[in-house]
Amino acid sequence: MSAPAAPPAISSSAHAASGDGPWPHVLLAWPTVALTVLFLVPLGIIAALGFFRRIQAGFFEVAFVTDNYARALDAFHLERLAVSVVLALAATLVTLLLAVPFTYLLTRRPRARQVPYLVLVLASLSLSEVIVAFAWSLLLSRTSGISNLLVAVGLMDRAASWSPGLAAVLLAYVFIALPLAILSLYPTFSRLDQELPEAAGTMGATPLAGFVTVVLPLVRRAVAATGALVFIFVLGAYVIPQTLGRPAQWTMPVHITDQAIMKNHLPLAASLAIVLLVVSSLVAVAIVALGAGRWPRLALPGRAR
Amino acid sequence: MKLALARPLLVAIAAAALALAAGTAAAQTLKIAVYGGYFQDSFDAHIFPRFTEETGIAVESIAAPTGMAWLVQLETAARAGQAPADVSMMSQGPLQRGMTSDLWVALDESRLPNLQYVRPALVNRNSAGALVGVGAVSWYVTLVTNTDVYPEAPTSWAEMWGDHRNSLGLLALPENSFLLEITAATFFGGTDVLDTEEGILQVVDKLAELQPNVQLWYRDEGQFQQALQSGEIPMGQYYHDVTGIAAAEGFPVHSTFPAEGGVLDSGSWAVSRASSMVDEAHVFIDWFSRPEIQDLVARMIGTAPTVEREFLSLSDEEFAMVSDASTPIVPRYDMYLERGDWLNQVWAERVTR
Repeated sequence: MSAPAAPPAISSSAHAASGDGPWPHVLLAWPTVALTVLFLVPLGIIAALGFFRRIQAGFFEVAFVTDNYARALDAFHLERLAVSVVLALAATLVTLLLAVPFTYLLTRRPRARQVPYLVLVLASLSLSEVIVAFAWSLLLSRTSGISNLLVAVGLMDRAASWSPGLAAVLLAYVFIALPLAILSLYPTFSRLDQELPEAAGTMGATPLAGFVTVVLPLVRRAVAATGALVFIFVLGAYVIPQTLGRPAQWTMPVHITDQAIMKNHLPLAASLAIVLLVVSSLVAVAIVALGAGRWPRLALPGRAR
Repeated sequence: MKLALARPLLVAIAAAALALAAGTAAAQTLKIAVYGGYFQDSFDAHIFPRFTEETGIAVESIAAPTGMAWLVQLETAARAGQAPADVSMMSQGPLQRGMTSDLWVALDESRLPNLQYVRPALVNRNSAGALVGVGAVSWYVTLVTNTDVYPEAPTSWAEMWGDHRNSLGLLALPENSFLLEITAATFFGGTDVLDTEEGILQVVDKLAELQPNVQLWYRDEGQFQQALQSGEIPMGQYYHDVTGIAAAEGFPVHSTFPAEGGVLDSGSWAVSRASSMVDEAHVFIDWFSRPEIQDLVARMIGTAPTVEREFLSLSDEEFAMVSDASTPIVPRYDMYLERGDWLNQVWAERVTR
């Protein structure tokens, strides 16, 4: 019954907004101005900087040369780019595998019971990447890390050093991405009609089958959008691969920072950043498209057709 | 009466407007950048207050990051007419890069009578012969060990190539680690082998043999110091001054001058061309070059003096704490200026893999 009342309410408020003088326009213009001034202009400067001429013993000079972009696309940097994308995709996959069931189960609970979990998730989101990286480097160390606890309870013979390395980098990536993924999935999952999985259950589906065949298709866009968000977030991390990784895990952000800050080579850093931006945008768009596209119809085992 | 009252007011307003127009740089505080952390704390505690007391010039210390990073910030700011610091302590590599791009003010030698005490190698001149840098402090990069893991200190850099899998902490980049110079001095009889690209590649191959022994390629000093103190990473290269302080505080660490020598690097004072406090900067640099101030710095901060030994009052024991009588390994700054980009690429492809 409330549905028919909604459209007039929306149109009347829209009308009111347009009749309030210039202020709504000014307020609405703010994101456009901010996007232009704070994002597009610096981006343009960085793209142009990539064409400037490097002066090896000094700084750089304004020019139009293509060798920085050529260097950014050489075998070494392409390999680093591939490593960065694969690492970020792996972290995204693990994060979604943890965040989707967690958020689903969380939203099935009464509201009051959800609050402590949400507070914890928000709290861990407030930790900076630097703190997370250094905390994990201690927790994974031989001298003061978790392995000492495992030795104490008899699960290991002697303490081991688990950092730096691939596992440490992935673990920290998932740790910083998980709260973000949960908060991004939460609105969609909590709006999900509780009766749908119940109906699936009534019709004989196990909870897992109901989740896979009924719930997942309904939330796939949100899951894909969250995946894209996590991918971009993780791909931009710098302290984690630098602190918890061996050179094999040094991603593009580590090399960009080295060039910009440690090697004084801003033109190469700028061209590497542009290459990374283009590739990460393409991958993120592909992830979102994957969620929006038609999925093959999922069928319950033994019930096809 | 009204007019008499109004005039000082107008003058005050005009003065305030001028001060605002000149920006914060007009504030009568000399901004001096030294490395953040231990260096900054020590300068704030022992050095800058005495300078202010003796000269009346107020000092604000600025925490500078590693030399190259600070150079980029100074350079970018100077292009916009800003000086995040008037005087900066710059290590020799970044100092020379700043010369190429004319970042530094040419100093007036007639206003620096104490320049006569500074070691000639640290009287830094640009290609036109103008004085742009004056030695501030020197420091050694040495072979350091955790004494719980290695009760007996090693005697040669060659020990790093020994049977110590996943045990080393080394600086991650060629230009601040000086590992090419160390390898050349240890296995190639000196750094002359680094004159040619073929020679450099030989040294790189020898250095790359270290890879399985390296647990951490560090960019952040704190990261390695913590791991060295706990024994997580029991051997590596580090700064002699800070290691000495950690040992004095009771941590099980030891700094060794290997038989081949420690690496001697130095910081020089240089003034950004965007600074509006060039007069005060001269006063500071001259004051700091006084032998008695160099004595104070060596005693309080543990760095090696940049003034010739004969002018200092340090006892033999005090001098040995901060320096070493044997011939040091001197970084090949020229190599980085001539072939830095090529070297960085070779390094990334062969050494840190």
